[in-house]
Amino acid sequence: MLKIEGLKASVEGKEVLRGIDLEVPAGEVHAIMGPNGSGKSTLGYVLAGREGYEVTAGSVTFRGQDLLAMEPEERAAAGLFLAFQYPVELPGVGNANFLRQALNAVRRARGEPELDAMQFLKLVRGKVKALGMTEEMLKRAVNVGFSGGEKKRNEILQMAILEPAFCILDETDSGLDIDALKIVAEGVNALRSPERGMLVITHYQRLLDHIVPDRVHVLVGGRIVQSGGPELARELEAKGYGELQAAA
Amino acid sequence: MVEVLDAPAAAGSDAVAHLLDRARGLAERLPGARHPVVAAWRARGAETFASQGFPTRRVEAWKYTDLALLRETRFEEPILAADIRPPLDLEEEEGPLLVLIDGRVRRDLSAVSHLAPGVAIASLADLLRARDEETVAGLGGLAPETLPLPALNAALAEDGAVVRIADGVDGGTIRILSYATARAGHPVAFHPRHLIRLGRGARLVLVEEARGEPEAFAWQNVVSEIQLGPGARLIHIRLQDEPLSAVHTATLAVRVEQGAEYDSFTLIKGARLTRNEVHAVLAGPHAALHLNGAQLVDGVRHADTTTVIEHAAPDCASRQTVKTVLAGRARGVFQGKIHVHRAAQKTDGYQMNQALLLSPEAEIDAKPQLEIYADDVKCSHGATVGELDLEALFYLRSRGIPEAEAKSILVQAFLDDAVSLVADEGLRERLHAETLAWWQRVEHGG
Repeated sequence: MLKIEGLKASVEGKEVLRGIDLEVPAGEVHAIMGPNGSGKSTLGYVLAGREGYEVTAGSVTFRGQDLLAMEPEERAAAGLFLAFQYPVELPGVGNANFLRQALNAVRRARGEPELDAMQFLKLVRGKVKALGMTEEMLKRAVNVGFSGGEKKRNEILQMAILEPAFCILDETDSGLDIDALKIVAEGVNALRSPERGMLVITHYQRLLDHIVPDRVHVLVGGRIVQSGGPELARELEAKGYGELQAAA
Repeated sequence: MVEVLDAPAAAGSDAVAHLLDRARGLAERLPGARHPVVAAWRARGAETFASQGFPTRRVEAWKYTDLALLRETRFEEPILAADIRPPLDLEEEEGPLLVLIDGRVRRDLSAVSHLAPGVAIASLADLLRARDEETVAGLGGLAPETLPLPALNAALAEDGAVVRIADGVDGGTIRILSYATARAGHPVAFHPRHLIRLGRGARLVLVEEARGEPEAFAWQNVVSEIQLGPGARLIHIRLQDEPLSAVHTATLAVRVEQGAEYDSFTLIKGARLTRNEVHAVLAGPHAALHLNGAQLVDGVRHADTTTVIEHAAPDCASRQTVKTVLAGRARGVFQGKIHVHRAAQKTDGYQMNQALLLSPEAEIDAKPQLEIYADDVKCSHGATVGELDLEALFYLRSRGIPEAEAKSILVQAFLDDAVSLVADEGLRERLHAETLAWWQRVEHGG
């Protein structure tokens, strides 16, 4: 579903990704673990198409398309979704309107009919409840005045509404207490399906107790230095990244 | 307030002489010419304009706005064109409507019959011809006619809207539409004078629109004098969407008596050159003033909002939020002065002006100014200038929203904390639609 080959990328002239090879088939959840500054978030941003991240080598194929040639909105329309580590506040933009505009933009791109406000509300209500959110949060401006946990839930809500084919979760566990973490993980697990792929980026193993990955990759110094099954996450938790960092 | 000129630089220029010739030529024919008070008022206006001419950028209040376009143009009087109908759906909304074409009230296009008791809407020209003493007494009572543009208006004012709401009466909603017509190669100027008066405890929603034919090279130099009696409340919405060839200079003087409230929103999105000047006086205790607005400036347009708020009485509140969005090579100006008099203890003043630059070639000049002579006041002001937030733009695009739509969402969001101050949902929606239409114009390079 997602195939990354020899990907190198720089930020402000500094090479952050130094040759990444990774393939995530449909139906699988892969985790990327690594210490701070290893390039985890950069990988997420490069895949989502953020400006300022210059790809210097390699390719990314997503559902048979050249992902790197696409605009951010085209990537979203093709089914890619990045749950941000730091969701952006949008003062003056109502959350419900934002969610509906995003959904309708994606539906338009898919050739599906747009939803009006009533249809949308019907769709969103159940999902809001499942994530332990309130409808009042739909009336507020996007992420403005939201707690850290509310922001992360709002990301998962967007994911649940847009139903992307591929989800990238960037440090979705950071800033969450254990109850919030469980709710968010349940929201993510509910989206697991044979047709959907996921890439879970995290520093800690904690999240992976709740979202159990099929594969774990360790990113150090812009390269994947080790890959393995879910047990690798526990090993890292016990040993830390020190050894791997020294080797890289 | 009196502006100090360091030199009457433009006095004696061709355009000034031309306008003064007009004033002399028309003196006998303008409505109310034979009334000595009116004649003296016009003569004073002509004299002031003759001595000052067009303000130049050497005058502090005009530092950022150049009137070269006016100095270099010979404007004519509008012709009487009884057959002109603005291409607008005038029956679209209910309620009283006064239509002015090229500055003259057109009774046939207006809807001012069947007014509720205590509500009066009339043509200034009609009232002056009828020697209506109340109207005569109101002329120039509030406008700063020591300034050249209001003075010129006095010299040449021919018509305008006169609205009076009697004590305790709710006047509902009244609309005034001012429409400029095209005359190829013949720039026209007109100088409407509006007199609005609300009696004690009266209420009114006044919606003013200025539009014009696409090619109209018209200079509208309008003066509005607004008097709010004790406890009165006026909601005043102004929309200026004149064609790119137009020049719009507006001077609005408002006096708010004890416990009265003036709540205004001005949306400027048209004309080549706009100067929107407001002189507001909080004249009695517990008066309230809201001077909100948005300037949407694209292409080569220039828009200038200059306001002077006089806190002359204690316990008054003034609130001002003005947003300017600039695209292309546009220029924007915001000058906001709050003057708290010695007597105005417990003044509560708030002023916020923010600009969003969508193009590296656009520019804004912002000058907030607080002059406080009372010691127990709460006055705050803030100003920001910024560009579109790239992180926010990426966030929206990463959710599938195309770039143009994402930008539109962010521009609307920027305007929202000004537009959302309009309490009436219908009016708010209309202003919102106007801002969206402006964005369409920018996106399509129109």
